[in-house]
Amino acid sequence: MSYEISLSDLTLTHGRRAAVHHCSGRFAPGSLTAIVGPNGAGKSTLLRAIAGLHSGMEGRLQAPRAQIALLPQAAALDRQFPISCLDVVLFGHWARAGAFRALSRGEKQAARDALAAVGLEGFEARLVGSLSVGQFQRVLFARLLVQDAPVILLDEPFNAVDARTAQDLVRLVKRWHGEGRTILAVLHDLELVRAEFPETLLLAREPVAWGPTAEVLTAANRMKARMMAEAWDAEAEACLRDAA
Amino acid sequence: MPRPRPACATPPESPFLMFDLSLHDLLWAPFAEFGFLRRALVGCLALSLAAPPLGVFLMLRRMSLTADVLAHGILPGIAAGFLVAGLSVTAMSIGGLVAGLVVALGAGAISRATNGREDAALAALYLVALALGVTLISTRAGSVELSHLLFGSVLGVDDPALFMMAGIASLTLVVLAFAWRPLVLECFDPGFAAAARARGGLWHMVFLGLLVLNVLAAFQALGTLMAVGLMMLPAVAARYWARSVGGLAYVAAAVALVSSYLGLLLSYHVDLPSGPAIVLVSGGFWVVSVLCGPVDGLLFRFVRRAHLAG
Repeated sequence: MSYEISLSDLTLTHGRRAAVHHCSGRFAPGSLTAIVGPNGAGKSTLLRAIAGLHSGMEGRLQAPRAQIALLPQAAALDRQFPISCLDVVLFGHWARAGAFRALSRGEKQAARDALAAVGLEGFEARLVGSLSVGQFQRVLFARLLVQDAPVILLDEPFNAVDARTAQDLVRLVKRWHGEGRTILAVLHDLELVRAEFPETLLLAREPVAWGPTAEVLTAANRMKARMMAEAWDAEAEACLRDAA
Repeated sequence: MPRPRPACATPPESPFLMFDLSLHDLLWAPFAEFGFLRRALVGCLALSLAAPPLGVFLMLRRMSLTADVLAHGILPGIAAGFLVAGLSVTAMSIGGLVAGLVVALGAGAISRATNGREDAALAALYLVALALGVTLISTRAGSVELSHLLFGSVLGVDDPALFMMAGIASLTLVVLAFAWRPLVLECFDPGFAAAARARGGLWHMVFLGLLVLNVLAAFQALGTLMAVGLMMLPAVAARYWARSVGGLAYVAAAVALVSSYLGLLLSYHVDLPSGPAIVLVSGGFWVVSVLCGPVDGLLFRFVRRAHLAG
């Protein structure tokens, strides 16, 4: 089973607007890639498409859908929902347990261990509504631990969490990388990308640069990405590149 | 030497003597005496077990309005059944079921098309459905039948209606037991459910189906205008007492059960219309919960308690 993710001439649309435009390339198995770019560059859309959650696709996208775990942006969840931390983490077993099967003692213990691994020992019965932003993000990482997926997609995983939490979570990401998992993370903190992520995709609807981080994050490339993101054309006509 | 008691004693003084009622007369005799009251009670208790947990999920999904839309939306279908076969439970139920499913699917489509900002469109939908239903009924029937359909007649619940309510309640409880995990997941984190291919859409359809059935069952007792009273009010009240989804469902069902019983008693003793009496009692529970509930109740905001050390 290959865990490679490859895009060939991939265009992802919201309505007729292209959020990702004629994008080709591949994420190698076991790679650790940061996806950076200005707001509206299509980063989240690309992650959602890889996870199989986006409709409106042209071109080809190959991804091992059943092997993917996705961490959505934390803001997308209802944090007032009356559910305990342990129950959230237990949902990580879904791919194996499904809707009906009772969870074994071992599986419950795995969830408790995951909570302990993200530094939330003793939080099992706490409601998610009573957690801080950082603690909630740790719970979601614990769920990823339980999911134990070979491909992990992280959408702005360190947003709005404090330095200590970010540090702990980055350590977890590096551990996953060391275990040979394929990891894609949408990030805004370029310092962090330079320090911890060997590969980078700089996206501005089209890939501006894709490869080793040091070669991608040059001043020239970043300027180009900003220009491309600002060149939003309200009167854009149908893209003719397909016809060519 | 104690005097022997007289063989035929007068009954002990009741605290309710001023109303000339014993406790038994007050709380149970009406049901023992009148079959129609017994049937009404059984029907409402069945309803109270199944509908409130659905109300809890509606509340958690911020879909409280959808229940109202469904309850009004079934009216044109019921009216069609009524026009064909008169006040027949079967005909009206089939009509209501079809209309309910159409409205449920329509509401879902509107919700998707408007990206979740569906409230205005849903309000329009249920006003149109209500007006259409009333118009259809009025072409053929007088105000008695109209008020029967709008406000229900708990006391007119006959055997077929009772079997239908009990059947729907049983089915709902069984399906809820199986669908609990996916429903909670779909409520809390639909994105994760979709990524894990948990068939969130399918479970949502199952849920909407249960909703339509329960609104139909409630319609028998409470009429279209108040059918969701026993579904939503206990659920909303439960929010002030319980902190987990399961806890919410239990508290909501308990509130609904007690409301049904007290409402019927109230309607018998004080001579009130029974459907509104039941809904009013659960409304009373809601008010008390908002004020005194231990979870975010208003009273607790005014009680200064020392903050915790850690």
